[in-house]
Amino acid sequence: MIVYDDPDGQPATDIPVRRIKFTINGDMKIAEVEPRLLLSHLIRRGLGLTGTHMGCDTTNCGACTVLVDGRAVKSCTMLAVQADGHEISTVEGLATASELHPLQEGFKEEHGLQCGFCTPGMMMAAKALLDTNPDPTEEDVRWALSGNLCRCTGYQNIVKSVLWAAEKLRA
Amino acid sequence: MYPSRFRYEAPRSLAEAIGLLQDGGDYAKVLAGGQSLVPLMKLRFASPELVVDINNVPGLDYHRADPDGTLRIGALCRHVDLERSDLLKTTQPTMASAAPLIADPIVRNRGTLVGSLCHADPQGDWASVVLALGGSVVARGPRGVRSIPLADFVTGPFQNVLDEDEIAVEAVIPAAQGTRSGGYLKLERRVGDFATVGVAVALETSGETVTRAGIALTGVGGSTIGATEAAAALTGRPLTGDSIARAADLAAQAARPRTDHRGSAEYKRHMVRTFVVRLLDRTDAAAERAA
Repeated sequence: MIVYDDPDGQPATDIPVRRIKFTINGDMKIAEVEPRLLLSHLIRRGLGLTGTHMGCDTTNCGACTVLVDGRAVKSCTMLAVQADGHEISTVEGLATASELHPLQEGFKEEHGLQCGFCTPGMMMAAKALLDTNPDPTEEDVRWALSGNLCRCTGYQNIVKSVLWAAEKLRA
Repeated sequence: MYPSRFRYEAPRSLAEAIGLLQDGGDYAKVLAGGQSLVPLMKLRFASPELVVDINNVPGLDYHRADPDGTLRIGALCRHVDLERSDLLKTTQPTMASAAPLIADPIVRNRGTLVGSLCHADPQGDWASVVLALGGSVVARGPRGVRSIPLADFVTGPFQNVLDEDEIAVEAVIPAAQGTRSGGYLKLERRVGDFATVGVAVALETSGETVTRAGIALTGVGGSTIGATEAAAALTGRPLTGDSIARAADLAAQAARPRTDHRGSAEYKRHMVRTFVVRLLDRTDAAAERAA
């Protein structure tokens, strides 16, 4: 359930709401959303999955990256209603109950995060890469992550982490 | 940031979408990739009352060549589809070199070429590419279908000639009369930034002779600039060091750069000249290798 602020004071009956059905990390969900709700807000506020971070909120930083039908998307730049009928994956879907995903292990092993804010977006962008290219070069990784910003400028180790994960996934 | 409140419709056919736009009047916007429109709505630079999302309209995600070589790019063809396209790599060097330079990889997963043309940002990369190639936009509305050359399609910053009830359904690149060459070069401070300077060059050659030339500039004026005099200096003769230098000078003269945080006007003008020479030298060298 999402509770909205209502600065405009419109009667509730005038507010357009749409019912959508979508999958998040494998679970089917139904939600009623205002069309102006962003996917990032549905994920964070509606579903309580706060692993998806809001960084710039202006389509620049990539911290809010999730996968929509396997493709990396900036969730601050997609409307929640557009998730209707689609499959969303967030960073919470990477690990199983007992095991970290190789990407998460890689970030741990190679010290791929400092403050950690950009990490979920980096991991999801990297996952989209590794799902289509299991044996990327360093250049491929840098290319795939070029839409994600790390304000700690820890790119070197982020790239190493992704290459570590790629190797583990291939083994 | 939230957009202002709006009504949302997701039609399943173009006819339905056009009908919705007819009812929506002045305050309806078409949503395709959303990588320009959604940020504008969040900043409240755009506050449509009705958003018509065409993502559920089937059959718009194509890019294909007609038997005569005319290229058609549907309204839901994403930048990433063009970046990965073998068709572009083998037949459209200018487009193939521009596709990986649009925004960043994540934005390219959703954004569309046709949407970029409609958005008509004076800094948009595709507009220069399509202008250099002599392309056009096909619009469909209740009164039928019309084709609008890109030079006439954009009327000003963020403005195009579409009627309120028209949808841009595809972009069209005319077939080449000769062998295509050219490319797109973009100077950017980092991936995803607007171009400090962008130059598109599209040539067609028959034997040694340049039969058609198009040069267009991004980021060096209040709109996309078609450097028609520079292009004319190349046409009807073989590519030589002299004709390349002449075209580069004329392109630099056509630029109207302003000094800003991305660089001085002088620097940008210099980069226009440099990029034109680089793109044409590359073409020249390729021709020599082929000969």
